[in-house]
Amino acid sequence: MKISGAKIVVETLIEQGCDTIFGYPGGQVINLFDELYLSRDRITHILTAHEQGAAHAADGYARATGKVGVVIATSGPGATNLVTGIANAHLDSVPMVAITGNVPCSLIGRDSFQEVDIVGITMPITKHNFIVKDVRELAEVLRTAFKIAKSGRPGPVLVDIPKDVQTAVWDFEPKPDPIRPYPLRFASEGKLRKAAEMINNVERPYIYFGGGIISGKASKELINFSEKADIPMGCSLMGLSAVPSEHPNFLGMNGMHGHYASSVAQDESDLVIALGARFSERATGKKERFNRNFKIIHIDTDNAELNKNIISDLAIEGDIKDALYRLISMIDEKKRPEWTARIKILRYEEKSRTENALKLSHKDNSENKLTPYSIIDIISSHTAEDDIIVTDVGQHQMWTAQRYPFKKPRTFLTSGGLGTMGYGMGAAIGAYKGAGKRTVLFTGDGSFGMNLTELATAVTENIPLVIIIMNNGVLGMVRQMQTLFCDKHYSNTTLNRKTDFVKVAEAFGAKGKKVFTRQELETAAEEAFSCGGIYVIDCAVDCDEFVLPMIPSGGSVDSIITEVK
Amino acid sequence: MNQYVIGVIVSNVTGVLSRVSGMFTRRGFNIDCLTVGETESAGFSRITVAFHGDDEVKERILKQLEKLHDVKEVEVLEKNDTVIRELLLLKVRNSPSTRQDIMAAVEIFRSKIVDYSTTALVCELTGETSKIDAFIELMKTYGIMEMCRTGMVAIERGQNCLKTR
Repeated sequence: MKISGAKIVVETLIEQGCDTIFGYPGGQVINLFDELYLSRDRITHILTAHEQGAAHAADGYARATGKVGVVIATSGPGATNLVTGIANAHLDSVPMVAITGNVPCSLIGRDSFQEVDIVGITMPITKHNFIVKDVRELAEVLRTAFKIAKSGRPGPVLVDIPKDVQTAVWDFEPKPDPIRPYPLRFASEGKLRKAAEMINNVERPYIYFGGGIISGKASKELINFSEKADIPMGCSLMGLSAVPSEHPNFLGMNGMHGHYASSVAQDESDLVIALGARFSERATGKKERFNRNFKIIHIDTDNAELNKNIISDLAIEGDIKDALYRLISMIDEKKRPEWTARIKILRYEEKSRTENALKLSHKDNSENKLTPYSIIDIISSHTAEDDIIVTDVGQHQMWTAQRYPFKKPRTFLTSGGLGTMGYGMGAAIGAYKGAGKRTVLFTGDGSFGMNLTELATAVTENIPLVIIIMNNGVLGMVRQMQTLFCDKHYSNTTLNRKTDFVKVAEAFGAKGKKVFTRQELETAAEEAFSCGGIYVIDCAVDCDEFVLPMIPSGGSVDSIITEVK
Repeated sequence: MNQYVIGVIVSNVTGVLSRVSGMFTRRGFNIDCLTVGETESAGFSRITVAFHGDDEVKERILKQLEKLHDVKEVEVLEKNDTVIRELLLLKVRNSPSTRQDIMAAVEIFRSKIVDYSTTALVCELTGETSKIDAFIELMKTYGIMEMCRTGMVAIERGQNCLKTR
């Protein structure tokens, strides 16, 4: 059957299993949107307020479901507005297909109206990208885009389609099933045996896992592995939610703002088993110092991550789920009473240091004062285990990462690698559209200010979304660094804006409340979680709250800061 | 630091050179020279890249190249088992006082004079990089007016071939 390129795009998306996509129309995708209109009973398009929000929504959709997120934008500014969202997905290995329109082929390269070389621009921030100049290749290119996005270590792929390719007609034959990813690579038996031997012969092993456990669906295997050989676990920011936070072997995130016990246990271990993690400098600090005390086994599905940031003693390429499954049968079942006792002491030290830090930082220590942790505790007492927790970027993000009791994989969505302020609103919308679960966004007044315009989208879609603004009137993360390292020169980090977020919420058609005490937050949360729509709780937080512990950039556990006087 | 020469088989599609060279730029690796051309199969091109680095840098470069969708095969070409050639075209000042010396040098280096005018000579030379470098060094004495060189092309000795699987 001969159909237009625009229709081929829509039919291929449906063929690939897309139920919901995100985007924003424009001159060079008008044909595509016409086809989306005609097929609106088979595929839902969510109109956001800004293309960046749409890209983050596709990202949130993908993270919450594990499926490929799809975003559509027009040429020029529509395409460039996707860039941050694509880069964000690339650094966090999120499967995404971004479709952009472009000027007709005959106008390419002539600086035509709304023309940019989006393929050139996104080359370093995609797994691969395409410009389709021949309608005969369109369906196959789109299928390949899905294949690349979901294969191995997932990531974003961009397909740029000039307008004349959308209007040209060609044969289209739908495939019965979505395209399969490239076959997984499996770890070599010999290397796994060597790994097992190392694990069996050390005293103080430590597991450092990352987002690869979530994308590799290996949570169960990881827990079995840790339990069988009694190995404590820490993780990167991207690893959070892969195992329940309350698991007795879990010490929490390690690294720059990680848990004290998790970072110190890693440093005192004699073998670090890195699983689906990439030793980002936020996790390692000073590389020359990082692995002074331990050997490293590194297992990852992406061969290029092995020996990229840290040279390991044993590097194993392969699917993480399969590798762990096989490794479990090779390792000895054992208890490690001495190591466990040491970990217990570290946990105790962590607790007392945290309490001490909180005492020092709060001028007002009354029971009713709102503190970052008390906000998270109150909110988490209202959430269900399936609720999806989204954050923006900054202090509130680290507090949430440290404190929130995650229970299930894919319930924590955060911008890890790129650290994108303004990620949260779009991601929360996408997450709900994908998973259909109530969503909670922890944000700050800085981050929320960046993309709060997506409140409009959330209200239109009537998403059950509770937004918690930790409002301290400053860009807290940078302010914290200025306090510690720049003689308290608060250069451009004091916001103290007159913005009334409750009125903002109401203006967009949502509800909102400003709270100053725990009691007020309790009442507001009660209302927010029962209203079923969008509810903004603007929480007053002291501007000198610190994210602790902190290992300064380029430092090590030797320089960990656990309290600020 | 060693110099490595790698052969890369890529799909012959638009933008593939940008992808390969862009990987080097974005990850902070330096390219000594890069050449690209057709291969025995129509759908593929071959890129030869030379770069300096230690073993770790080499490993990272190979793995990052292998990740690119359009890259089909990457191999380090060990210098002892590889024929490496470069082509030089060099325009040198022609004057009665230096002409005989230049002709002698051209003879000894097995170069060729491919254009002759009363004021300039164009020499063509093929060889390994070190030979080309030596010839250029020598010609500086006579006044190089203009030159261009292709960068390396390299092929393994014996029956082993760098082909797409």
